[in-house]
Amino acid sequence: MIEKNNSSDGPLLKVKGLRKHFPVRRGFLQRIKGWVKAVDGVDVDIFRGRTLGLVGESGCGKSTIGRLILKLLEPNEGKILYKGRDISGMTQNEVKPLRKEMQIIFQDPFGSLNPRMTVGQSIEEGLRTLGVKNHGERKVRVSQLLEMVGIAPEAADFYPHEFSGGQRQRIGIARALSVEPSLIVCDEPVSALDVSIQSQIINLLKELQNRLGLCYLFISHDLNVVGYMSDTVAVMYLGHIMEYAAADELYDHPLHPYTLALLSAVPSPDPDHRRAQPVLMGDVPSALNPPPGCKFQGRCPLVEDRCRRKEIEVYQVSPEHQVRCWKVA
Amino acid sequence: MKAYSENYFQKTGMERPLAPRETRWREGWRLLKRNRLAFAGLVIFILFFLIALAGLFLTSGTKPVFDPAVVRLEEKLRPPLSNAKLEILSSDRVPRLGLYLFGTDELGRDVFSRMLQGAWVSLTVGFVAVGIAVLIGILLGGISGYYGQNAMRADQIFLGAVLLLSGGLVLMGITFFGVVLLCVGGVLLVFFQWVKKRASKGVETAWTRFLWMRAISIDTLIMRFVDIMLCFPSFFLILTVVALLPASIYNIMIVIGLTSWMGTTRFVRAEFLSLRDQDFVTAARALGVSNWRIIFRHMIPNAIAPVLVSATISIATAILTEAGLSFLGLGVPPPHATWGNILSDGKNFIFDAPWLTFIPGVAILIVVLSFNLFGEGLRDILNPRLRERS
Repeated sequence: MIEKNNSSDGPLLKVKGLRKHFPVRRGFLQRIKGWVKAVDGVDVDIFRGRTLGLVGESGCGKSTIGRLILKLLEPNEGKILYKGRDISGMTQNEVKPLRKEMQIIFQDPFGSLNPRMTVGQSIEEGLRTLGVKNHGERKVRVSQLLEMVGIAPEAADFYPHEFSGGQRQRIGIARALSVEPSLIVCDEPVSALDVSIQSQIINLLKELQNRLGLCYLFISHDLNVVGYMSDTVAVMYLGHIMEYAAADELYDHPLHPYTLALLSAVPSPDPDHRRAQPVLMGDVPSALNPPPGCKFQGRCPLVEDRCRRKEIEVYQVSPEHQVRCWKVA
Repeated sequence: MKAYSENYFQKTGMERPLAPRETRWREGWRLLKRNRLAFAGLVIFILFFLIALAGLFLTSGTKPVFDPAVVRLEEKLRPPLSNAKLEILSSDRVPRLGLYLFGTDELGRDVFSRMLQGAWVSLTVGFVAVGIAVLIGILLGGISGYYGQNAMRADQIFLGAVLLLSGGLVLMGITFFGVVLLCVGGVLLVFFQWVKKRASKGVETAWTRFLWMRAISIDTLIMRFVDIMLCFPSFFLILTVVALLPASIYNIMIVIGLTSWMGTTRFVRAEFLSLRDQDFVTAARALGVSNWRIIFRHMIPNAIAPVLVSATISIATAILTEAGLSFLGLGVPPPHATWGNILSDGKNFIFDAPWLTFIPGVAILIVVLSFNLFGEGLRDILNPRLRERS
C-alpha cells in the first residue's frame, strides 16, 4: 500500500476488496437477470488530514464507493475499516454513533437541501444528532457554521430557493460540518457550478481542511480539480481502480493507457499545444456482465490477447504508485 | 420576520440570498388571486362551510330556529318565496319570517330548513370520508414507498393473513370462529419463534428455508391490493356494503372512506419513491436522522401537495356519492334531511313542484364544482411546473 503518511495510527479509513453488485430484475416475477458490477474489488486508504481524489467517467462507480463508505449502501463483499473497526457488516443501528464522523457533500446544490425547511432547520438536523438539546445553543452553532462557510448568519431564516447555486453548496458544506466530522465524502461538489464559483468552493474546502484537519474523499471527473485538491489520486474505470498514485507522481508519470487518455483529453490553455495521443473513442461499455479480462480492453490502444483472457492484477511500480496493467508495469 | 437591511449583508462582506423575499403562503395567495376560477371556488367553499356550520346550529336542538321537521299538510308544495298562511297555522308551526324561502315539500316541510340541515351532512360526509381515505392512503403509500423494498418472509405473510382474517371475523360478528383463529394465530407466533430459536443453533432444513423464503416485497403486496380494490366498481361496492350495514350517517362516511383511499395511496407511494432518492433525504440519513423524523419532517411536507389537491377533488366526489346513495334511498335514514333525499322525494313532483329537484340539484352542482375548481387551482399553485409564465 502507498505509505504517504507514516503516522503511527495508520490510515483513518482503509477499504479492502470492496464490491457492490446491483441486481438487475426483469419480468413479472422480478427475477434477477444479471448484475451490474458497480464496484468490483477496490482497495484504497485515506489518511488523516489528507485528500484522496477519485476520478473516472460517468457510471464508473465513483459515487457508489462514496455511498458504501458512508453505509448508505450495503457492500456485497469487502471491508471498510474506519479507525481500525470494520463497519461494512454493521447494522444501521450500530453505525449510528459513527454517523457524526463521516459526512457527504452532493453534486446537485438544488436537490441537496430540503425545500420545505429553512437553511437553519436543515443545519440543525445535524446538531440534533450531535446531541445539542438546547434550542438557543443550536441557533448559535448554526450562525457559527454559516459564518464558517462565508454566509451571513441571518440567512438561517431563509429557504433554499432564495439562494444561488454556489450559496446552496456552501450551506450543504455547513450542514456536513454541523456534526464535526473527520471525513467528508465530496461527491462531485463543483461539477454543477460555474467555473468562477467552482474555485471559490474549492478554496473554501481547502481552507476548511487546513483549519479543521478534515479528510476528504474527493470524487470528480475533472482531472484539474482533482489534481489541485488531492494528495493521492485513484483513477477508476468500470468498478476497478486502474491506477493509484500520489498526485504529483500520477500527473508527472502516468502509466496506465486509460490515465494517459484522460490526461491528454484535459483542455490546455496553450493554443499551440498538440495532443500527444488520440482521444478515446466510444463510450464506457455497460457494467452489466462485462467480458472477462481487463475492463479497459475494448478501448485500449495496447490491447493484446492476454488482456482478454484473465483478470489483470495490480502491479506495484514504486512505493507510491500502483497500476492495473501488465504491459506498462 | 425581521427586516434585513440591504447594507447589513454588504457591511459584513458575506453572501446574502439573492431572490426577492416572499413566503410560500404569500406567493400562493398572490397566485390564487390571479386564478379567478380557483378563487371563486375558494370563496364558495368558505361560504358553504359557514352555511353548513350555521345550519347545524339553526336546525338542531329542542326548539330550532329553522325547524326542518314540522309537517304542515295544509301548506304542501308551496312555491319558493311564498308567504305562510298565518290564519290556518298554529303559532308553533309558523316558519321563521313567515316565509317559505325555498318553498315547501309534499308534507309541507320548509325546504330551506331542510337544505340547511342537509348541508352539514354533505360537509361532514365529504370531510370525514376523505379524511379516512387520506389517512389510510398516507399510511399504506408511505409504508409502500419508504419500506417497500424490504421483502416479507413467507411466515410473516401467513401470520399476517391469519390475524387479519380473525380480526375481520370478529368485527363482522362471527365471534366464535374469529376468536378460534386468533388463538391459532397466537400459537403460530409462538411456534415460529420456537422454530427460529432452534434454527439459530444451526439446524436448517427445507422446511425452515420455505418459511423464510423472501417471497414478496411489501411494496408489491400493498400495490397489488390497491389494484384489487380498484377492480371493484366502487359505487356498487358501496351499495352492497351499505345494504348490509344498518343505515346511518357514520356508516356512510366510513364506507365511502374505505373505498376511496387507493388513489391517495398511489400518489403518496410515487412521491415517496422519488423523494427517497433525493439528495436531501440521503443527507438526512447520513446525518443519522431517524427514519420517523425523515418521514415526518423531510418527506411528508414535500409529498403533501398533490395529496391535498386530490383530497380536495375527492371531497367533491364523496359529496356526490353520498347524494347518490341518499337519492337511491340507501343513504342517511329519512327523518334527517340530506340534499340527496330532498332530491329523491322531489322527483315525484317534478312537474308540479320543480323547485324540489332544482334547489338541491343546483346546490350540489355549485358545491361540487367549487371544490373541483379550487382543487385544480391549488394544483396549479402548488406545482410550479404547471404555472403559467407571466
